[in-house]
Amino acid sequence: MNRIVSSILLSAFLFLTACGPTSSAEIASDSQATYIENKGSDTIVNLALAWAEQYQSDHPDVRISVTGGGSGTGIAALINNTVDIANASRQIKSEEVDEAKSNGVEPVEHIIARDAIAVIVNPENPVNELTLQQISDIYSGKLTNWSEVGGEDRPIVRLSRETNSGTHVYFLETVLRLGSKEDKTLFSTNTLLLPSSEGIIAEVRQNPNAIGYDGLGYVPKDLKMIAIAKEAGGAYVLPSIATVNDKTYAIARDLYMYTNGEATGIVKEYLDWILSPEAQEIVVELGFVPALNPNPIP
Amino acid sequence: MEKSLNWREFIITRLIQISGYSAILFVALIFFFLLREGLPALSEVETSSLFNPRWYPIEDYFGILPLLTGSLIVTLGAGLIAVPFGIGTAVYISEIAPRWMREILKPLVELLGGLPSVVLGFLGILVLSPFIRVFLDLPTGLTALTGSILLGGIAVPTVVSVAEDALDAVPRAYREGAWALGATRWQTIWRVTLPAAKSGVLTAVMLGVGRAIGETMTVMMVTGNAPVLAVKLGSLFSPVRTMTATIAAEMGEVANGSTHYHVLFFIGMVLFLISLGVNIAASSVVFRAKKRAERILS
Repeated sequence: MNRIVSSILLSAFLFLTACGPTSSAEIASDSQATYIENKGSDTIVNLALAWAEQYQSDHPDVRISVTGGGSGTGIAALINNTVDIANASRQIKSEEVDEAKSNGVEPVEHIIARDAIAVIVNPENPVNELTLQQISDIYSGKLTNWSEVGGEDRPIVRLSRETNSGTHVYFLETVLRLGSKEDKTLFSTNTLLLPSSEGIIAEVRQNPNAIGYDGLGYVPKDLKMIAIAKEAGGAYVLPSIATVNDKTYAIARDLYMYTNGEATGIVKEYLDWILSPEAQEIVVELGFVPALNPNPIP
Repeated sequence: MEKSLNWREFIITRLIQISGYSAILFVALIFFFLLREGLPALSEVETSSLFNPRWYPIEDYFGILPLLTGSLIVTLGAGLIAVPFGIGTAVYISEIAPRWMREILKPLVELLGGLPSVVLGFLGILVLSPFIRVFLDLPTGLTALTGSILLGGIAVPTVVSVAEDALDAVPRAYREGAWALGATRWQTIWRVTLPAAKSGVLTAVMLGVGRAIGETMTVMMVTGNAPVLAVKLGSLFSPVRTMTATIAAEMGEVANGSTHYHVLFFIGMVLFLISLGVNIAASSVVFRAKKRAERILS
């Protein structure tokens, strides 16, 4: 919610600054201002806002409005052709592509950054490292006490994002099901589904029983990230830009923007700029991993 | 002159009549809309799977029982808190408090009713839920009980305000009669004033319960939203997911016309029928009480 408000404030602010000095040339260019509607993933929203802010201060004739709501929301908006760019932290599903095509929309994918999912616990929790299998067993309900994974005798409280979050779907596929398509493991029913990243962080901060997950860029410094091993006996790796790029960290993914057809005109210029080193520097500042590395993560 | 007055009278009467009927019309239209969007769920999902104990819509598990029981247990808890507190406060304000106290208390309670529920939700996450976790030694503070307490707080001002008006409307002669017969203050309140104001007090309770079952934001923030079947007494101390929170969290991202979309409307329909049932039950009780009172008086 506050992201939506801040994006409104941001666009209002930019509008005002654009209108500030009133030379006739600027008024002329103002009337030709181009708008880009950008909507979707809550994981990407801060990044997209930072990009939009930077780009608009370099190009006063372009206005970009950024809103969150979740990957599904952004893609639904693209399908209904109400946005120029949809942000998604997961790849578009084949049903969504079909639906888009029946609406006359041709989604085109752009990888714009990478993200690692950090598994977080309260700093009081002595557990520092887990294998992917252990995390899967915790979330599916097979493990219910921290003592089973080398911690204190405390019940495990599982926290997850809501089902409309791209992060939720990614975590289900990559961690709970360990990437296997046939695996039909589900989240344990008593997993708490919280509507926002902030909700998860607030609960982990005050509850030593809790385990949660969130995008690397959103984890505050006062929470503990878990080092993760891909299999038992493997090396335990903490998430960071370096470990995501050398692919030793297990839970990392690409982040996407989708456009209707190949981007043209101002939208193309914006997307090209996003992949420039200048824009990718902002990616690093916000705790994500740049997309410039040519070989994508499988 | 006479004629124009008649005209005015006619128009005003009609306007009032129309606004009266429009309430019926709107309710009928809303119900029709819910039926149209919700009933297809029955043909798309087998009835038996609607009673499945699991709700996980992105994998086509559409069991609404966890949501139904979740809503009921939170509302029951809220009622248990709001009814005694609300009626107690109303009795105090109307019967016991001195005039100056009443003049402070009544506006204060009404102010409490104007508190936005999001603000209460924040209080719940940051203050109440950590307190409940530590105080009751629970795995997490995001439980049905936390939701009940906050919803109770939301319903109390409604109950107080309406019940106090009803008590105030009891003729002074009733109380004087009771005192003349030697009744104590408590006997007067319990045996005379409250029964005389019964229908108004019952309306107050129903409005309070209605407020509680329909409340969304607060419960979404503090009940943890875990779709667990809440049928034991212990469920009050574990996370639950309510119908309102489910609709609010998921409606934003569903594809228009999908099964998930229809099931969410079906849940809305169930919610509507529940509040309709509560209202009918309440008004039939009030109606019966009125008839009896008329019989005695005549």
